[in-house]
Amino acid sequence: MGLISAGSTIFDAGAMSAGFGGSMTFIKKLTASGSGTLSFVDGASSVVLDGTYKEYVFTFNNIHSSSENSFQINFRDGGTAYDAVKTSAGYRAYHFEGGGADLGYEASLDLAQETAFQGVGQPQSSADNDSSGSGYLHLFNPASTTFVKHYISHYSHHYTNAAPGVITNWMSGYCNTTTAIDGVQFKFDSGNIDSGDICLYGIA
Amino acid sequence: MAVVSNGTTIIDAGALGSGVPTGKMILIKTLTASGSGTLDFINGADSVVFDGTYKEYVFKFINIHPATDSADLTFQVDTGTNTNYNQTIMSTVFRAEIREDGADSKLIYDTNLDQEEGTAFQQIQHDIGNDADQSAAGTLTLFNPASATFVKHFMARSQIYYAGDYALDFLVAGYFNTTTALTRVQFKMSTGNIDSGVIKLYGIGG
Repeated sequence: MGLISAGSTIFDAGAMSAGFGGSMTFIKKLTASGSGTLSFVDGASSVVLDGTYKEYVFTFNNIHSSSENSFQINFRDGGTAYDAVKTSAGYRAYHFEGGGADLGYEASLDLAQETAFQGVGQPQSSADNDSSGSGYLHLFNPASTTFVKHYISHYSHHYTNAAPGVITNWMSGYCNTTTAIDGVQFKFDSGNIDSGDICLYGIA
Repeated sequence: MAVVSNGTTIIDAGALGSGVPTGKMILIKTLTASGSGTLDFINGADSVVFDGTYKEYVFKFINIHPATDSADLTFQVDTGTNTNYNQTIMSTVFRAEIREDGADSKLIYDTNLDQEEGTAFQQIQHDIGNDADQSAAGTLTLFNPASATFVKHFMARSQIYYAGDYALDFLVAGYFNTTTALTRVQFKMSTGNIDSGVIKLYGIGG
């Protein structure tokens, strides 16, 4: 039974009609605590990562590393391994606390038909309790069996202990597969995610 | 008849009550291309809202696939009931890219794709491949199109499976140099049709 007011259908078939509710739906929050990896897998622990949404957004809030390492992501395209083939480009801007700033292409963030983890950030400070990184990543239409899977990120973080300052990383690419992506995993290239949270949203 | 709970109006006169919390990103319209010459979002037509209701509008592009290889997704706007789609644009364009074999990685400014008080359609997705698995995805944000005081700012970022097998990160920003309210937005390829793909329009805030 629907709920209609002044001729407008507000609710029907168990859902709010388009134009009434928000279009950004919170799906899952994972909080790191000395975590080796944080994984979002469709169908597990209330995670939705399928054709329900055409776009998914991950937000990174105060990601703090246990040692001076780089924040990474990888994608699952069938099976349980996070090893989708990816091609991507990246660039960065930095400004050190002691002076010095620049903008340029960042080869450590690019991949060329590789299955390795994708860099989201560069080495980030772990020594100070107030250092961390924050940002977001968009993943488009992961359930498509026609197209490659595009992703876009922007991640800003403290740089290294030896060179304190801000470094902001932009990266985008695609998983070069027409198999659906049904899992995403985050980690540092070494060591643990000491603290921080990652939230997953679906965009209707 | 209104729906009232504990003294709070939840629904009345075909709308949610102002005190009902909702998300602030509201889906306004979805257009799906199928060999389409243009996709148009016109305020007041086909349930499209594109006026002072929201201060920010966001377009999402899902798997834009051109009928012609290396075609570019472009857009323009117009005012009132005009359909010339030739408003004056100032814009900047830059990109990062890499080929699948690892060659030709670079970050460059695109001097031939920006506009200096031009009226052409503005590229927002460059050189999209049209192999079966190639497409482009991204976002265009347009701020306060109903302003009668300010120029109309826009910014876009897309990820493109570039013809020639590149990953291309493409960023465009600029403004429509008019203080007249915008009422419509048109998307089309630089050549050929939009073979397939989805464009969604959202209003932010309210």
